Amino acid sequence: MHRTGELYGQFQTLEQQKESATLGMWIFLVTEVLFFGGMFLTYTINRHYFFTAFGIGSNTLDIKLGTFNTAVLIMSSLTMAMAVWSAQTGKKALVTGFLIATLTLGSVFLGIKVVEYKQKFDHHLIPGYGFDMKYRSQNPAPGDDLKEIALEKKEVEEAFAIDPDTNAHAQLYFSLYFAMTGLHALHMIVGAGLIIWLIKVSLRGRFTPQYNTPVEIVGLYWHFVDIVWIYLFPLLYLIDRHR
Amino acid sequence: MSEHSEHIVSPVVYIAIFLALIVGTGLTVWAAFQNFGPFNIVIALGIATIKATLVVLYFMHARYSPRRTQLVIVCAIFWLAIMLTLTLSDYQTRRPTLSRLASPAALYRV
Repeated sequence: MHRTGELYGQFQTLEQQKESATLGMWIFLVTEVLFFGGMFLTYTINRHYFFTAFGIGSNTLDIKLGTFNTAVLIMSSLTMAMAVWSAQTGKKALVTGFLIATLTLGSVFLGIKVVEYKQKFDHHLIPGYGFDMKYRSQNPAPGDDLKEIALEKKEVEEAFAIDPDTNAHAQLYFSLYFAMTGLHALHMIVGAGLIIWLIKVSLRGRFTPQYNTPVEIVGLYWHFVDIVWIYLFPLLYLIDRHR
Repeated sequence: MSEHSEHIVSPVVYIAIFLALIVGTGLTVWAAFQNFGPFNIVIALGIATIKATLVVLYFMHARYSPRRTQLVIVCAIFWLAIMLTLTLSDYQTRRPTLSRLASPAALYRV
């Protein structure tokens, strides 16, 4: 393809090229909105029917880790936005620095997610064979907060009194939890890959005030993933905390 | 073709938005532990929507984007609204059919 400097042949100006690329990214994000929208819809309908099971399922999630992770992700959005600003103002070293910060924060988020998933395996809360909402309160591990366990036991018993099929319905909650957070994590992994590529290009000093479209576009993607989490966090972690 | 010159958002704005998002997160966690009855979910989603709007407008530069990009964003919200409203209204109005499909015991609610 014919190219003059950073300007590809089909465009007249760098600005037109950037606007086209950004518009293309937004159109992709529209499809992503509808993609995640389907999952949020499934979640809404099932939560409406099986409110009790969704409530106790949600209460087993670690709210401290969840809140911390939300802050980490918002922080990574800030560093990503700052990387875009650094590129626009021609601060080449800062671009690389902020991209590395974003990558680090993204990795912290995924690491914490791994810890949370591991807890769910330990507590027999993976949908499928061996799933049991009562498992954790009946088999407390050494080091568990006994007061918290007692509270969970009471909650689970109450739920089973209202809905004898709690185990079946809580599996729906956890299926949705793993599908939605898993899909979100997959998007984060793709984003991390894109940022690694940006860091490589940035180290060669390619991003300038005239040409920084890749940083801008990956930024759009990264912020979108942040928005998905902004909705996932209250919907999955905070359903029924006010007992 | 340069009727729209690039707008550079200053770091001060970014940091202000970041602080607003952190405050919003704290607020939503606090609100989740209060009993507002049926309004808990409304408050949670309201705060999430304000946070998402801030991210779209400032971090994603939607406020400074060309009109056609803004149109695409509005379309996304509109299509999502169509999908949610039509499907949910269908579920709302088909209760009897659904309860015949699933056993009545499958429809427990507090």
